Formats: sequence, C-alpha cells, structure tokens
Amino acid sequence: MKVVSNVTCPGCGCLCDDLEIEVENNTVKAVRNACGMGESKFLGYSLHRPQKPLIRKKGELVEASLSEAIRKSAEILANSSYPILYGWSNTSCEATSVGVELAEEIGGIIDNTSTVCHGPSVLSIQDVGFSTCTLGQVRHRADLIIYWASNPWSAHPRHLERYTNFTEGRFRSSAWNKYLDGLGSYRAERRRQRAAKLVGEIHGVSVETPPVEEPSKRLPHSLFEKGRKMIVVDVRRTRTADIADYFLQVEPNKDYEIFQALRILLQDGELEVDSVGGVPAEILEDLADLLAGCEFGVLFFGVGLTMSEGKLRNIEAGISLVRDLNQFTKFVIMPMRGHYNVTGANIVSTWQTGYPFAVDFSHGYPRYNPGETSVVDVLSRDESDAALIVASDPVANFPKGASQNLIKNPLIVVDTGTSATSMFADVVLPSAVSGIEVEGTAYRMDRVPLPLKKVVQPPKAVYSDEQLLKRILREVRRIKKNMGGGDSQWLTC
Amino acid sequence: MPSLKVTLLTGRTLRQGQGKEYGKLSERYWKSVAVCEIDPDDMKKLGITEGNSVKIGTDHGLVVVRAIKSLRGPHAGRVFVPYGPWANVIVNPKTHGTGMPSFKGIQATIEPAPSCEKVLTMPELLERHFKKE
Repeated sequence: MKVVSNVTCPGCGCLCDDLEIEVENNTVKAVRNACGMGESKFLGYSLHRPQKPLIRKKGELVEASLSEAIRKSAEILANSSYPILYGWSNTSCEATSVGVELAEEIGGIIDNTSTVCHGPSVLSIQDVGFSTCTLGQVRHRADLIIYWASNPWSAHPRHLERYTNFTEGRFRSSAWNKYLDGLGSYRAERRRQRAAKLVGEIHGVSVETPPVEEPSKRLPHSLFEKGRKMIVVDVRRTRTADIADYFLQVEPNKDYEIFQALRILLQDGELEVDSVGGVPAEILEDLADLLAGCEFGVLFFGVGLTMSEGKLRNIEAGISLVRDLNQFTKFVIMPMRGHYNVTGANIVSTWQTGYPFAVDFSHGYPRYNPGETSVVDVLSRDESDAALIVASDPVANFPKGASQNLIKNPLIVVDTGTSATSMFADVVLPSAVSGIEVEGTAYRMDRVPLPLKKVVQPPKAVYSDEQLLKRILREVRRIKKNMGGGDSQWLTC
Repeated sequence: MPSLKVTLLTGRTLRQGQGKEYGKLSERYWKSVAVCEIDPDDMKKLGITEGNSVKIGTDHGLVVVRAIKSLRGPHAGRVFVPYGPWANVIVNPKTHGTGMPSFKGIQATIEPAPSCEKVLTMPELLERHFKKE
C-alpha cells in the first residue's frame, strides 16, 4: 500500500490540493481530506466506464479498435460544415489547448461549460472589470464573507474549511469553535423541547411551543463586532445559510434591485420604498453600513445570479457594488466556479483565441458573440451538423430541445465514463481520468494554476483526452489533405 | 385535483454532486435528481406526503418527480429540483442573448401526479424524450 500526498482533487473549482490517496494494486483504496464529492470521484471513477472505443453500427454501439474510432471521429468532423466542440471543464488545460486547435482546423464552434454556468459573469467582467484576489488572501485577511446565491455546502463542500470562515488565517481566526458552540446550544434547546413535549404527552398536559418571533427589521448587533463574519443571501434557506452569522432571504429574480438599492444607500441616497426584493429597507441600510465598515470584504457569488432573470446584469450590479465599496474599504468579488477546470477552459480559450468561451471559427478566424455563437443557442436553432463532446454530459445539463438537436446529428463523445450523452453517441472514445490516471494542469476558481497528479495507471490502451484529441487532429489533417481542401498554412504548422 | 402556482428553482445538491461523480448511469445519481423539494405547508395544500409523485408543469414541459420535504423552510411557493435530466425537461431554454438558459426562477404549476404517471427511471426518461435517428 502506498500513500500519495498533496493530491489535487479534480472535483470542483476549489481544487483542494491536500488530499491523501491510499493506493494498492493500482486501485484507490481510501481517500483522506476529501469532501463527499471528491471521495465519490476517486472511489467511483472506474465503476461505470467503457474500456474500449465504441462505434454505432445498425443503431447499436459496438466495440471497435482505437484506430477505427479515431478515423470515424475524424471523418465526421472533417465532413461537417458547422460542428460543435463542447465540454472541456473536466479535463486538463493541455487537452483544451488541442481542442482549440482542432476547432480552428475544422471551422467549428468551441464552447465550454461556462456557457451554462458563469458565462454571464464573464460577460459582465468584460463589461465592467472586477476587483478580485486569490483565495489565500481571503483566507488570511477577509473579515466579512458573503455568499450570494451560492450554496458551498452542496457545491463546494470544503470552501469554508479551506478558504473562508472555518480556516485559521494569519490575521483572522477560524469561526469553527463559535459555530460548534452555537450548534451545541441549538441542539440542547431542541432536545429540551422534545423532552418537554414527551413529558407533556405522558401526563396529558399540553406543552405550549414558544411563539415564533417576528423577524427583526435590523441586523443583529453581533454582526458589527470584531471578528470574522459570514452572511448568506439566497432565495431559500440552505445548509450554508444555517452556518452563517446571518441569512438574508430574498425574492427570486430580485437580486439586481437589491444590489442597486445597496449602491444607492452607499451614496447616501434614500430608499423611498419599504422593502426591496422582499428585504426591509432598514435591513438594507444596516447591511450597507456593515459592508462599508468591514476591513476586508469578499462577495462570493454563485449561479443563482447568472441563471435568474437579469443574468449578466445581476453580476454587473454586484461588481459595481463592490467597486463602490472600495471607496470605503477593501472589497473583492469572486465567482464560485463549479467544474474543477472550468476556469482553465476559459483561460486557455482566451490565450489561444482571444475569447473565453463560445468561439466560432466558421469564418476561418475566431468570432465571439454569446447568444449567437454559444452552444445552447446554436443547438436550439438547430444549426450545427455534428458535435464532439469532451469530458461533459450535455444531455444531462442542457434544456431538452437543445439536447434533442445535439443527438440527432453525428456525435462523438470523449469521456472517462458512461453518461446520458455517450448513450446517444456515434463514436465513444473512453479516456483516462485527468487528476487520477494522468497528469495535467487545472486552474482554481481564483485563477491559480495547480498541477493534477497521477495516482494510478490508466487501463491498458486507454489514453488521455489530450492524446486522443491529438490523434483525431492528425487524422483530420490527413483527410483534409487527401481531399485537397483545407488551408495549407494550417497543414504545415 | 389541488394544484399550486410556484416558482421553480434548480440547483446543486450534495447528493447530486456525489451521484454524478459516482456514475451518471448509477441509480444513486438518478434517484438524487428525480426529486422535488417542497415546503411542508405546500405539501399539505397539495394533500401529499413525502415520497408521493408530483407533476411539475412549466411553459416548456411536464415532468413527474418524487416529492421530498424542504428542510429549511418556510419558503412556501418555491420548489427546488436538482440539476439533471428531469429538471431539463421543464427549464426555460431561452438564453436572452447571453448563451445561458434560465434554470432558476421559472413560473411553474405543481400538482399530485395521477396514479398512472410514475417517476421514470433514467433509461425510461431518456427513451421518452430523446431518440437517436
């Protein structure tokens, strides 16, 4: 048995790099330090995967040789006029880099999963810029942490433990003990109430439940005391909200109004209404004071903002609020990126094309116009005629109509496991798992690159996404050369 | 049959996250996403209990999922379905020029599902809604 230390977790955008993996006979036996999601990935990655390439023949997926599958994939791509190359957030930067080259070669659209995640955030950042920092700075310096429309307990389970409230920073103490004390008191009160009810039932006496207190129209004083504080703003109470020092429940689709109301208050304006988005004006006044009065604030926002009404405008308002707050104190903002390397997909795409997602090469040069060149729109308008999906499962994540148009055309899937999408593929190329079976590079949500480790050997004849894509690219170039088409300058590079 | 007008939210849950990493075709995954979290008061209004099937309808589709109690209420009038193929049947595909469909804050109607309409398994759902030509 060997233990591989300091392993980077290919789970979510936290990219926790302190995992310890126990390996015996090339099998992961135990995972230490990971959250539930990370542990599931390391223990379950090999359970549902094809080990040989598959090709659809007479309606059925049948095993094929790797050369045959590569050739078939290349034929589909070389013969298509407007193919989609989608996914990229669950693989290494090196694979994405080859993907961009392939998209250019075949004149396709290359888009990554940020298009249905933080794409609107990227658009807002391009519009107005943003002040941000690394998670290390948050860990050591932030005294006010806000999770807005984000539920890290479910989506980024170790975010609090590694980067925010429950971590011991150089200049900020962990709030873990305070949370445990509060949890202890809460549980003791619950036990007392249950015991009182039970005793009441035994003796036939009705025990009155304490009256529900009217929600206060001011923020609690404790929020203004020294020390690290956490506020959750969301449309529904989540597990993260239970942990927070204060939970602000807002009406769905009203985040834009609330951000703008806070900006008005910061500029000494008055709200001429009693409430905004379901939040009393007095609470917003207190909140504006709290935000301006902290020493180092950070606003983490989730896809609750990007997927609701307003979309990119919500983020724009949030970024503008943070910009305004920097007139009073230090404040930063950061999107809670979901897939472990969705940030890397944006970064690689920007390096090579100038644009972070939804890049269209059909004119021979990169064009970027989300809404037109984004993959859900292209599919909804039924414009594409083939697709290459890498490390993603759009059938499980896209609206139904878009998925229906995706699967009706020739479809190639390069992925580590069987998915809803791969079941409809014409070619399936099983690949090795980046961060478990092959090395690579990934970017954390704060744009810090981290190395992915190899902890076990991939199965025989199962290659990395990067290697498979390089072979497809080579084959596409060969086919195009034989066809006498293509641009000679690409063939020589 | 009682029905309620609600706001539909979709999103991540820890179980969904674990399930997807464990395997998209595993029962663990699809059982974690073919559910709808409903406020206990709303469940009473609908005359259903946990585990019953409910039918959610939007302008974009209809789907049957299993009702579970929303734990951290009250948030009457707001129902939650985890990301996944079941939610995709009813979300708003319009991107409003941004590339992003509207996965949250969708107007929906919810009602107890007739006994003839069961919660589909993953293969059944894929077969009903998607066909490879």
